[in-house]
Amino acid sequence: MENAINSQKKTLRQKIRSLKKPSKKMNVKRFTRSRSGTVIYFTFIALAGLFSMLPLIYSVVTSLKPLDELLIFPPKFFVRRPTLENYVALPGLLSNLKVPLSRYIFNSLFVSIVATGLYVFISAMAAYILSKSKIKGKNVLFAIVQIALLFNAYVLSVPRYLIFSKLNIIDTYWVEILPHLASTLGVFLMKQYIDGYVPDSLLEAAHIDGAGNFRTFFGIVIPVIKPVFLTVILFAFRDIWASIPDGTIFTENLKTLPMIMTQITAGGIARSGSAMAVTVIMMIPPILVYLVSQSNVVESMSSAGIKG
Amino acid sequence: MKNQATKLSKKRGISNNNLTDYIMLAPFLVLFFVFTVLPILVSIVLSFFNFDMVSMPSFIGLDNFARMFLSDDVFFTTVKNTLVFSVIAGPIGFCLAFMLAWFVNEFSPMVRTLLSFMFYAPSLVGNAYFIWQVLFSGDSYGYLNSLLLSMGFITDPIQWLKNEEYIMPILIIVQLWQSMGISFLANISGLQNVNNELYEAGSIDGIRNRWQELLYITLPAMQHMLLFSAVMQIQSSFSVSAIAIQLVGFPSVGYAGDTIVSHLTDVGTVRYELGYASAIALVLFAMMLLTRMIIGKIISMLNN
Repeated sequence: MENAINSQKKTLRQKIRSLKKPSKKMNVKRFTRSRSGTVIYFTFIALAGLFSMLPLIYSVVTSLKPLDELLIFPPKFFVRRPTLENYVALPGLLSNLKVPLSRYIFNSLFVSIVATGLYVFISAMAAYILSKSKIKGKNVLFAIVQIALLFNAYVLSVPRYLIFSKLNIIDTYWVEILPHLASTLGVFLMKQYIDGYVPDSLLEAAHIDGAGNFRTFFGIVIPVIKPVFLTVILFAFRDIWASIPDGTIFTENLKTLPMIMTQITAGGIARSGSAMAVTVIMMIPPILVYLVSQSNVVESMSSAGIKG
Repeated sequence: MKNQATKLSKKRGISNNNLTDYIMLAPFLVLFFVFTVLPILVSIVLSFFNFDMVSMPSFIGLDNFARMFLSDDVFFTTVKNTLVFSVIAGPIGFCLAFMLAWFVNEFSPMVRTLLSFMFYAPSLVGNAYFIWQVLFSGDSYGYLNSLLLSMGFITDPIQWLKNEEYIMPILIIVQLWQSMGISFLANISGLQNVNNELYEAGSIDGIRNRWQELLYITLPAMQHMLLFSAVMQIQSSFSVSAIAIQLVGFPSVGYAGDTIVSHLTDVGTVRYELGYASAIALVLFAMMLLTRMIIGKIISMLNN
């Protein structure tokens, strides 16, 4: 039986792959553009690309500028003598805060990794149940989940504040982690994906084999939904990494990197090198997560549509 | 064996144990209820009360709403700002996310991956909008100022982020810069999965150019994805506050960059007028739901 499931899993993966492959290369039957159309098309892409990338490139370049180049007038876009001194100076800039920079970095990583990890499993389990179980009320629940996609942490901040204080979690790690777990995007994306790519027959085979819900979930569902799993990790990590818990964290020891950004960036032009250095450091983790997950992201989003 | 299996599964549902179903659903359900559903319910109730977190809430009927619409000038300014922002940045962002995805989709997979990263990067890096603070900095070191100064367009540096006229356009630019997010990726994915047979059938049915193809085949096939994309845009443009607070401060000059969310955060977590803040939040929820319904209607109408 175990073998039967494995072979079924294998054929399923092949099926998914074969479904994907041709659609990528089958752009055969398309119309060609007029020449002016081509010019507009490439100009548009080039302009949009510049608009997207220039500020980011600028921040990397500026973070490498020595002080005298930061103060040149008029400012030059490129750096002539790149240096890492802005990065080296960072810990020193925070010395008046009594908490070392490494603590903020640790907090950021700790909160982001723990919250993302919990979020993706909690969402996947709920999505699996919402997609495959026959429990009552699941369609109503999923409808509510879809509506809740509209509301994010900013809109809910005030009533949430009240709940945080009733739960007594203000100024603890909990308030930096728990609210993120309530976002419905993960459940939504995963439920749609499971609907589309996890056939009932696969689960039935597992159940006959005597596998319980949890074993089926971890052994069969998770491997099949890996693309959307990684996608949800990316979106969650991105959000949590950048989030600033407004007015709920006061202890310096618990603050994350984004919360001290303003303290560094408020230093004016002389500090702009270091401010850019923090910005660049802040960019690295989400970009790394994206690079790891990117091949799965586009593949997994095709089922994200909302009906009705 | 196989017959038996289908019979069994029909009887008991796909899962063989209802209890574990609930156990697996519970963590999400509890968190979702406590941090999303409950806050909305609390807002509805509190909007009829006067509550400062210290003394007992006192029922005041519709006074909060009356105050909002009759005497709170800042509320009106922030509603206007939020609407201007959403009406401009929302649809432009929505269209850009689709257009760029449509363009990117024509390239080979390698180039497509690179371009996707380029366009998605600003949204990916989250709160990197400090960069714009330097670009629009009010002194002559600000990049835009120095550029305009050296080219002779202006003689004195402009306080971009402290000028009522420029604040909103700058916020919109920065929002658009970050708007190629989840919906952009979803559009790329959706476009790649439009059934090619549809295009073939279309060319037989007399579709003659790319625009007709877009209008009669691609857009209808993308209907559900576009609604998802619209929901994401509504969510981000109505809730904008972080970008504004970081770039132009709070309160901004002449309230020109204050949004409903920054106003209700101020009323709620700074002044502790939670009843009033809840009433404002309710109005915001209603605006978002209404927009979502209208867009849903428009998208399904366009496709019929």
